[in-house]
Amino acid sequence: MLRLLSRRAPATGQLGKVARGGSSQHKAGRRSIASTSARQADITLTVDGKEVTVPQGTALIQACEAAGAVIPRFCYHDRLAIAGNCRMCLVEVERSPKPVASCEGVMEFLLANHPLDCPICDQGGECDLQDQAMRYGSDRTRFHEITGKRAVEDKDLGPLVKTSMNRCIQCTRCVRFANEVAGVEELGTTGRGNDLQIGMYVEKTMDSELSGNVVDLCPVGALTSKPYAFHARPWELKNTESIDVMDALGSNIRVDSRGVQVMRIQPRTNDDVNEEWISDKTRYAYDGLRFQRLTTPLIKQGERFVPATWEEALQAIADGLASSGAKDDEIQAVAGHLADTESLVALKDLLNRLGSDNFALDQPNGNAPPVHGVDVRSNYLFNSTIPGLEEADVILLVGTNPRHEAAVLNSRIRKSWLHTPLEVGLIGERVDTAYGYEYLGPDAKALAEFIAGKGPFAAKFKAAKKPLVIFVEKNKNTFVTPDWNGFCVLHRVASRPAAYEIGFVPSKKASTTKPKFIYLLNADEVDPKSIPSDAFVVYQGHHGDLGASLADVCLPGAAYTEKSTTWVNTEGRAQLGRAAVPPPGASREDWKIIRALSEVLGTPLPYDDVLTLRDRMWEISPTLVRYDVTERTSADLALSGLKTLAEATSTAKATGKPFTKPISNFYQTDPISRASVTMAQCTRAFAVGENYGFSEPKTASEAATAHA
Amino acid sequence: MLRASKQAALIQQSATALGKRSFATVADPPVRHYGGLKDQDRIFTNAYCRHDHGLKGAMARGDWHRTKDIVLKGDSWIIQTIKDSGLRGRGGAGFPSGLKWSFMNKPGWEKDKRPRYLVVNADEGEPGTCKDREILRGDPHKLVEGCLVAGRAMNATAAYIYIRGEFVQEAEHLQQAITEAYRAGLIGKNACGSGYSFDVYVHRGAGAYICGEETALIESLEGKQGKPRLKPPFPADVGLFGCPTTVANVETVAVAPTICRRGAPWFAGFGRKRNEGTKLFCISGHVNNPCVVEEEMSIPLRELIERHCGGVRGGWDNLLGIVPGGSSVPVLPKDMCAEVLMDYDSLKDAQSGLGTGAVIVMDKSTDIVAAIARFSSFYKHESCGQCTPCREGTTWMMNMMNRMVEGSAHRREIDMLLELTKQVEGRTICALGDAAAWPIQGLMRHFRPEVEKRIDSFRAEHGGVLFGGRLKSEIDPTLATPDNLGANLIEPGDRM
Repeated sequence: MLRLLSRRAPATGQLGKVARGGSSQHKAGRRSIASTSARQADITLTVDGKEVTVPQGTALIQACEAAGAVIPRFCYHDRLAIAGNCRMCLVEVERSPKPVASCEGVMEFLLANHPLDCPICDQGGECDLQDQAMRYGSDRTRFHEITGKRAVEDKDLGPLVKTSMNRCIQCTRCVRFANEVAGVEELGTTGRGNDLQIGMYVEKTMDSELSGNVVDLCPVGALTSKPYAFHARPWELKNTESIDVMDALGSNIRVDSRGVQVMRIQPRTNDDVNEEWISDKTRYAYDGLRFQRLTTPLIKQGERFVPATWEEALQAIADGLASSGAKDDEIQAVAGHLADTESLVALKDLLNRLGSDNFALDQPNGNAPPVHGVDVRSNYLFNSTIPGLEEADVILLVGTNPRHEAAVLNSRIRKSWLHTPLEVGLIGERVDTAYGYEYLGPDAKALAEFIAGKGPFAAKFKAAKKPLVIFVEKNKNTFVTPDWNGFCVLHRVASRPAAYEIGFVPSKKASTTKPKFIYLLNADEVDPKSIPSDAFVVYQGHHGDLGASLADVCLPGAAYTEKSTTWVNTEGRAQLGRAAVPPPGASREDWKIIRALSEVLGTPLPYDDVLTLRDRMWEISPTLVRYDVTERTSADLALSGLKTLAEATSTAKATGKPFTKPISNFYQTDPISRASVTMAQCTRAFAVGENYGFSEPKTASEAATAHA
Repeated sequence: MLRASKQAALIQQSATALGKRSFATVADPPVRHYGGLKDQDRIFTNAYCRHDHGLKGAMARGDWHRTKDIVLKGDSWIIQTIKDSGLRGRGGAGFPSGLKWSFMNKPGWEKDKRPRYLVVNADEGEPGTCKDREILRGDPHKLVEGCLVAGRAMNATAAYIYIRGEFVQEAEHLQQAITEAYRAGLIGKNACGSGYSFDVYVHRGAGAYICGEETALIESLEGKQGKPRLKPPFPADVGLFGCPTTVANVETVAVAPTICRRGAPWFAGFGRKRNEGTKLFCISGHVNNPCVVEEEMSIPLRELIERHCGGVRGGWDNLLGIVPGGSSVPVLPKDMCAEVLMDYDSLKDAQSGLGTGAVIVMDKSTDIVAAIARFSSFYKHESCGQCTPCREGTTWMMNMMNRMVEGSAHRREIDMLLELTKQVEGRTICALGDAAAWPIQGLMRHFRPEVEKRIDSFRAEHGGVLFGGRLKSEIDPTLATPDNLGANLIEPGDRM
């Protein structure tokens, strides 16, 4: 039992919502679901005889937490609005008329209608209700009513979230998440009293890129992961803290593996990046790691690939290089979406040693030097940083749909849009962003007009204290906007910021050279027509996707869950991923392959272990090995960078060609997600809109198990 | 000190002047008898809708008389008058109205640019209660005028009247009254020519009892599901549409103009201290003449029934018990009914409550267990379901009560049921949990022997009953049953 004393009147301190991001009550604005109270002074409380000082407006439950007292809870979640409906957390407050210690009583009520199916429940072992029943519950039941327990029909939320609504304890965390964070306002409660049900109001799937997070939020087994259903128990799993590569956010993840298999992926809390959400692609594309893998080196003989040993494959490459006659810039390297920083550095060093400066990126116009250059970091990074996004008061999105390119980032914009008077404008293709925006036009002309200060949104932008422009990298050739650091490039692929950081771009001369030898490093989006038919092509990667099919030699690399490498996210934040499982078959860590190849080519790279390689990275850019932080570019430098950029593009004309959104299908963007059964189901259910009955037996999970 | 001794000296002087020496005696104040409100003191003069409910009739009865002057007196005068009159909220909780209204005028409220609202709770759904509908039907102008006066007191910009959806005629009369008042310039821009602008809107509910709870009512008005909000923040800080709001009962608001007109001392002259005023009582059930009547507070319950309702059916001795304040307060047995006064404090002392003043009379023909079980079903049906103790507790309590009606329960389950009510009471977001728990507590407090008798006779007829209601005879003796089902407990009256 907790006893609390407060020195100051606890009127606002008791249950007031925690103010976030300094948004004040008046600023709270039009769209808020629940208003926030202003943060004022600090307040000192005594919790179980221990003094603790917290800001006024802090929820009591957080104050208790600060004092080291754990309060049982179900409905409370520090990132969601306070509902206060589970009544688990009631504590005794001095001078309060309702001093109550209720955990045991509430536990009894919750368990009265909760099925006793823990042995077959996927939440078992990580279930809040189970844990709290052990700690606060009675050891025997008094519920013997002959009327029995409540029965609730299961809902069909799509191929990702499995429901077992009998287990629901109506904490409404999922409802609050869907409404506040994901922007799915159709998820809600229907019915009253004991008949209260969670559902989509009408029969409909939960169409959101963040829907998987409700699985984590659910304190019981009512919402569980469909692809993971009955695959593993939490205590069998090895947890590895790592970094996601499905987009350029670098979401912090925890890879849960059993033996050599990744069983599931869960988010890890990092307030600076992903808070504690991850997108569905991040969470569910892992089954793609089991299919279409390259497990052994392959050499093309005629029309067929023949398995080979590493020695044979590397020798074949050396022979190919010699027979192709490629010299200097005729040797080209293409960096794909999932290339890690270490292997990019190694590959660049190798090509430089071979005299080439021909580095292409796996994107349209990727073989030309980027217009923004790579000399000033702020020209190609998300300069406001991700948490800084919440401070912006006007955001202009140019040719981007953050909902698909960085779903978690989009939820930040939505959060800010809900709780502050943020204005959002959009130039490009009209998209459903989960928040309202002002549509300025489809093309660069609209952008030119905006820059010229025409239209009401431009006026708002001018008046704003912290305006922000988000470009998607694909459309960044046409901007001129000098501003503080509100210039943000939202990268779409995990390897791109690192590629710019290390200068993985061609020289002007090299970009016009026709390559005779092409080294595709995880490059699976290349246009086959851009590869000369007489060129010798090497593909290094982990999936037998497009890139491999173009190659003369395939080298099997490791996927992101199988190597401990550095990833740089769109803010320029270097983060270290960790290997959760070994690479399958004969595949090897990517930088080691390049190191081995350099030996065969007769120009051995000077690093034998990853630490020496990281020393080399430090030489290139110290930010690459300063993990978990972002470094700001000084304002002067950023401005001069933008100036050169403006000069470089001053001759460019604003074309009338509309910006198109870079991602048409969120669920399949890279070799892993294209190989994933779950993502294929999502594509059918959400992108194509097919109703093919994924909830019926013998489809989703069984298809996944069959191959597992 | 000085003054006291001076007074004592004076008294001594006067005593000696009388030429009589005696011990100081404390004379008992004359026993005041409450009740028997005179017609000239009635506030709701058209409660039975026998006269014109329109503006003309209302003005003939004194409504809208010099309302402008009341409005011009200002907020603090009105609030002080209400405070002096001792008016307590008539919706059930009995919070002092003047104090509640003054929460809207916190220091510095003028700087707050948000609109401010008075919300009138006309969602009268408590079983047994039918006082507000009489006001809405017969005296709607009293309410509209009350909105203006109360709204002025709390500097509100508008009043929303949330009327129960089932009240069709009442809503029509109210809308008519509002339209008339707008046309006559009594409300709207420059209401009554006072320079104060005030709008009144009617919103019809959709028939949920929980929407009578103040924060659920606000949610419902906002167009959301009627689910009570957590407090704090209280509506006076963050209420309707996030603006300062006060929710008041129809009767509370409707009596305000008359209090202001006739003065606080007049109103405070009725009833006992801290329970001043007059009140509409709705008497239903086993009386000869069920009625809604305005009476003085603190009228003895027995007198109320005998004076206005023609007594209990079959005479006072035929009385079984009375629920004195609507379905959510505990029932009182006959002997207590003869003693209690109809006011907040007396009924509180009797472990019941005045509630809405809805007196439900039950004579000896009543199945009291079934009656309370019906209340439990009502609360189960009306629970909004957002918070655990109420959602799960009301259902569980209803199931147990339904079994107790038949007697198919174990004697020990009575105590368990009482424990369940304690686990619900005071632990919910709103008071519906309390309201569901109290009638059961009242039943067990006063009529426990009746419940036990039923259990015993059921047991005598059907053999042992396990916890939860299964018959012992239905259990397969070859199977192991858990020991916590009470199968092997021996009870008095068992045939061994």
